[in-house]
Amino acid sequence: MIELRSLSIRFDGTEAVRDVSLEVAAEEWVMLIGPNGAGKTSVLRALCGLLPFTGSAWLGGREVRELGRRELARLIALVPQNPVTPPELTVAEYALLGRTPHLGYFAVEGRGDHAAAARALERLDLLPFAKRGLGSLSGGELQRAVLARALAQEAPVLLLDEPTTSLDLGRQQQVLELVDSLRGDGLTVVSTMHDLTLAGQYADRLVLLDRGAVVAEGEPQDVLSPAHLAAYYGANVRVVNGEGGTFVLPVRR
Amino acid sequence: MAVVSAEAAVRARGVPRPWRLIAGAFLAGSLLVGLGVGPVGIGVGGIVESALSHVPFLHVHTPLSSLEEAVLWQIRAPRVVLAAIVGGMLAIAGSAYQGVFHNPLADPYLLGVAAGSGLGATLAIAYGHVGTSGQLLPLASFVGGLTAVAAAYALGRSAGAVRAAGALVLAGLTVTLFFTAVQTFVQQQHTNTLRDVYSWLLGGFSTATWSQVAVAAPYVAVSSLAIVLHRRVLDVLSVGDEEAASLGVNVSRLRLLIVVAATAGTAAAVAVSGLIAFVGIIVPHTIRLLVSTSYRAVVPLSLVVGAGFLVLADVLARTVVSPAELPIGVVTAFFGAPFFAVVLRTSRSMR
Repeated sequence: MIELRSLSIRFDGTEAVRDVSLEVAAEEWVMLIGPNGAGKTSVLRALCGLLPFTGSAWLGGREVRELGRRELARLIALVPQNPVTPPELTVAEYALLGRTPHLGYFAVEGRGDHAAAARALERLDLLPFAKRGLGSLSGGELQRAVLARALAQEAPVLLLDEPTTSLDLGRQQQVLELVDSLRGDGLTVVSTMHDLTLAGQYADRLVLLDRGAVVAEGEPQDVLSPAHLAAYYGANVRVVNGEGGTFVLPVRR
Repeated sequence: MAVVSAEAAVRARGVPRPWRLIAGAFLAGSLLVGLGVGPVGIGVGGIVESALSHVPFLHVHTPLSSLEEAVLWQIRAPRVVLAAIVGGMLAIAGSAYQGVFHNPLADPYLLGVAAGSGLGATLAIAYGHVGTSGQLLPLASFVGGLTAVAAAYALGRSAGAVRAAGALVLAGLTVTLFFTAVQTFVQQQHTNTLRDVYSWLLGGFSTATWSQVAVAAPYVAVSSLAIVLHRRVLDVLSVGDEEAASLGVNVSRLRLLIVVAATAGTAAAVAVSGLIAFVGIIVPHTIRLLVSTSYRAVVPLSLVVGAGFLVLADVLARTVVSPAELPIGVVTAFFGAPFFAVVLRTSRSMR
């Protein structure tokens, strides 16, 4: 579904991402992990056309650079880490913004668009909130509203930038379970992830980035080794491989 | 299915029906007040019957004397219509600037557009000898206004985030001061045309004619149509440039297009009415407070309510110190400045 070949991104002369190559199959969930500043977010932003890059990126067999802005937005939906959520906008109006790439330049939403937004809200149990203002939602509800906007885009690829920041433990699990279940509807997911234990349980595959380059890639139990985490995060951890995934426990030195 | 019935709940609010009626009634009432009030008072019935008498095949006879007829249709009607066109334009342009610059304090006057348009027009009058009612005036005014808004935006961006309301307004003020200085210089060099320019700059509709209406109307029509068509995209922009881009919007092209449209309309308004401040702040913000902050409501309602607002302001301008007249800019500033202070205070909590 996604194929990156030697993707590099430069910011003001420094290379933020170096030679990243990556393949993501349809309905797979790949998580990008790595210490702060490793270039995880930059990879996501390049994929949805927000950053210029060298190398090549393919989405469903089509080169990203050759796609128009609207075409790209129909193929890939981004949930940013800190989305702007105008407090006065209703949940329904916000979800309808996701229909933008499907609308003609001057068009307003038609029946199909309302139906798509309604499906997205229904999928995320947000229909009772449709007429509420974004400003009145709790953190978990707000995160679901942002997901609803991305789902309303009806793109086959979903990019999530740190989807669990600022959520409590229960809401983190809720959101990740939701995303996991969405894959059953045919979505391919790429996300960045801070929390390694959550990454070890929900990802099909992990890609560890350090200073812009891929340093390890594979199943969670292989990537999340104490040696890797000491080398790239400078962290002292114990790793437990148990039922349900790989658990990373920080241990005091 | 549940989803089918749920679709009714998944709607953008747009302009709620009660507010359509209220805005329409406000405009109609303002027009009647504007036509009826003056040294020669004319009742509502008289205005309506006289208007109907001009419709062919209705065979309604006007109850007005020929003097009243002349006052109504040759003096007051062009004045009221011109005030409505200009007011609607300034208000809808204000809402458009606020949307594309993510800035609650953006206004045609504060961004320097009005001063730029004024300078453009002054140069045309002083050097181009086009007269104060020529067809070229809006064009000169447009070039000046576009230069000013480009300068203000560039300056505001280099001084800090354009989202920071203060930076853009200070940049607009800087541009305004500079353009006003050039303006004064040009006027001093051309004392023969100074009186013309001065009376025009002060702003107002006391010399309004149907030909001025004809000069401004096409620009205002095209410009406000363009802005109304972009009302949904303005909502998309409210999630910020980057997210709007990830939704497939070409943000910089869109910003350019809307700024050009709003500036063209503002320039035409300035060309026929001089400099009138604050309409672009008062009207959109009142709508945000009363109706909704969605541009689907703010944009179309600004056009209608702005038209009514400036007609009423013009009625005040010509009646308060009657038989003399106040410049209309004085009236709008009298209400607008305190209102601006309120918006400035609340905008700290806005993004």
